[in-house]
Amino acid sequence: MVAPGPNREIDCSQIGLSAIRTQSLTLSARGKLTLRRCGDMISSFTMGTLRRFTQAGAGMSRFSLLLLFCASITLQAQHSYTPADIAEGGRLFRANCVLCHGPEGDQIPGIDLGHGKFRQTYSEQALIKIIENGIPGTAMPPHNLQDFQAGTIVAYLRTVATTGRTVSGNGNVARGKAVFLGKGGCIACHRVGTTGSRAGPDLSDVGSQRRAVEIEQSVLDPDVEILPQNRSFRVTTKSGETISGRLLNIDTFTVQLLDSKERLLAFPKESLQEWAFIDQSPMPSYRNKLSSQELADLIAYLVSLKGI
Amino acid sequence: MAAAASLPAQVTFDRMLNAGKEPQNWLTYSGTYLSQRHSPLVQITPQNVKNLEQQWVFQARSLEKFEATPLVVDGIMYTVQAPNDIVALDPVSGRVFWTYSYSPSPLSRPCCGRVNRGVAIAGETLFMGTIDAHLVAVDAKTGRPLWNTVVAKPQAGYAITHAPLVIKDKVIVGVAGGEYGIRGFISAYDVKTGKEAWRFNTIPGPGEPGHETWKGDSWKTGGASVWVTGSYDADLNLTYWGIGNAGPDYNGDIREGDNLYSSSVVALDADTGKIKWHYQFSPHDEFDYDAVQVPVLADIIWQGVPRRVMLWANRNGFFYVLDRATGQFLLGKPFVEVNWATGFDEKGRPMRVTGKVPTAAGTVIFPGNQGGTNWYSPSFSPHTGLFYIPTWANYSSVYIKAEADYEEGRRFVGTSPRSLIGGANGGATKINTRKDDEGYGAVRAIDPATGERKWEFKMNDVTDAGILTTASDVLFSGGREGYFYALDARNGELLWRANVGGGVASGPMSYAINGRQYVAISAGNSLFVYALRE
Repeated sequence: MVAPGPNREIDCSQIGLSAIRTQSLTLSARGKLTLRRCGDMISSFTMGTLRRFTQAGAGMSRFSLLLLFCASITLQAQHSYTPADIAEGGRLFRANCVLCHGPEGDQIPGIDLGHGKFRQTYSEQALIKIIENGIPGTAMPPHNLQDFQAGTIVAYLRTVATTGRTVSGNGNVARGKAVFLGKGGCIACHRVGTTGSRAGPDLSDVGSQRRAVEIEQSVLDPDVEILPQNRSFRVTTKSGETISGRLLNIDTFTVQLLDSKERLLAFPKESLQEWAFIDQSPMPSYRNKLSSQELADLIAYLVSLKGI
Repeated sequence: MAAAASLPAQVTFDRMLNAGKEPQNWLTYSGTYLSQRHSPLVQITPQNVKNLEQQWVFQARSLEKFEATPLVVDGIMYTVQAPNDIVALDPVSGRVFWTYSYSPSPLSRPCCGRVNRGVAIAGETLFMGTIDAHLVAVDAKTGRPLWNTVVAKPQAGYAITHAPLVIKDKVIVGVAGGEYGIRGFISAYDVKTGKEAWRFNTIPGPGEPGHETWKGDSWKTGGASVWVTGSYDADLNLTYWGIGNAGPDYNGDIREGDNLYSSSVVALDADTGKIKWHYQFSPHDEFDYDAVQVPVLADIIWQGVPRRVMLWANRNGFFYVLDRATGQFLLGKPFVEVNWATGFDEKGRPMRVTGKVPTAAGTVIFPGNQGGTNWYSPSFSPHTGLFYIPTWANYSSVYIKAEADYEEGRRFVGTSPRSLIGGANGGATKINTRKDDEGYGAVRAIDPATGERKWEFKMNDVTDAGILTTASDVLFSGGREGYFYALDARNGELLWRANVGGGVASGPMSYAINGRQYVAISAGNSLFVYALRE
């Protein structure tokens, strides 16, 4: 462990790459990280390594983060991202890009971000700059992202082509809606527009937010990925009542839920005996409960839901 | 009880009609359809109000003025965060359940701040007008958008800044933009679908009565905006709305005539939008005297007889009593210094003072450009029988006239008046060194039967704050100085004050959770909530 301090230096010739990879480093608010005599080794730093440095300094300012990333610009081209980085890139992609490009990245004619199809060939660094600065004269706007963040989006897009669906893509939207409302029983927990329950995630625009493969995974294996905004939570009041629902907000002293009866509830923790996350999704798996055609239809319907 | 539990939040028309019977809630911008901004809650009294203490603060992620009045519906508070976010909060702790963020078009250009004054509710759906002149419907439980209707073109200066009004199955809004040469209107939309049900043009078109009050094509760009929520009388099925100034604001040469329905109140059939009556406070206005005040409906004894009236302190400096069934003018009396009119003829038309018009050299007019009052909510207390007005006293502007050429989306006003006292666009509390005779703020209490002033609470600086009264005779208000305070509604005596650190440019409201009364006020960039110490 390198001791916390205002300015830190890493001298690669002294400690070696493997040691660096296991280091954590705390910088104070105005701290500066300098890398010395790292030579070729610098290109071997993973972004995860550098992120570990930043995360160790909980009080780090944006100022020092900026310096850190400035020091790491040369690393961007080396495209080494951890699964956590790629997941973050997916989150950033959904937050910034899907409105125009669609969840599959193929919504704009002639462009398929997930399969490397652009109007011209770009290097990874060029793509990062396009994400940050936009393309003047086109609908592509600039985005207030750091190089590393834009890099995770590019890294995420690289993974899109490698992940595919297991069921047929030949679903029928109308039949899928019938499954959703009928056999699937989905509206007992989910809502589309003004139909269905609010207990589970609202799916009115799921097709503009999530890829078909992701929706399919959630239908077949609901526990694999539960987004932070969809976590289940349970409280037991001092009077012995147990209430569970979707966690909306939690802090040191209070909890806010949308419970299974669709009530917005707020609890001071002092009124509770206990409270806890429920790690498993309340959603059942539909594996082997729907035929492959029904599943394809259901996913086609969900993909068609684009919100208002 | 441990939690602020929400009952099924189905806000029906019947509940809206009887909103006064559920004083724990605050279901519409001004409290009830009568818009008296009066709470029946009595836990906080003149005796114990000194024991108020702050319960929580919600800091908006916005540096715009915070002009909103929250709603409280069955244990959930809904407010807005400028420009156009809706926030659902726990009214006991102030913690956030959800936030709905709307990104208005960059083409929007509201004249006087990217502000919003609140939401309306019907069933389980919230409604918000946006500064790019959309009307959006949002699920009250989850904050999910349900529909989004284009009301008007933001690039032509249209905006919606006031809280909508829901009547039966329709949600009603009007458009701001009186400084951009818009043609104003009030329109109603189906609460389920967002489909337009009716539209009332606040400037009559060719062939409609009142069109002749506009010279040439001036009706096309004559303003007559709407930016404060209206009221509703269910027995008459009439909805009342105050209409803004004619444009260009300070040069009426190109719009000879009375310029109906600018600077007027209109009474519309709530089902059809057809006009039943109107009263014009300021014919051919050249002083920016928007009649954009909340129409306060009250049942009072008028000359010995019970009468359904409308009480109105106008930006033009006069206090009015109108018959709300017919629009008949009953009383008009200055509540501040007025030098542009001497009184009224038998029909209620103001008698103008010769020469008191904008000129190239400039003319001093009382009250000044911001008015004797403005959009700030007044209050009527059935308990004291008094009407309370947020007042700018001793206030004047020099009105200077210049040419104005219309170009879509550009300001269309004909110069700007000058005054020692600025508008509230800066939002923050300013240093004040004025003398009394240069203008000051006040709460003035008026006897509606006579128009006589009963008392005044003076402030050094002016006020953009609304007023709340309670059935226990406590009056809450604030001002630009950044104090939120309580007065005795019977005599104006100061009972309590808190420094909220930023100008108060909103109306207070009150609610109760589990039997405990709270008072809420938006000030500076935050929402502050108070209750009695336990």
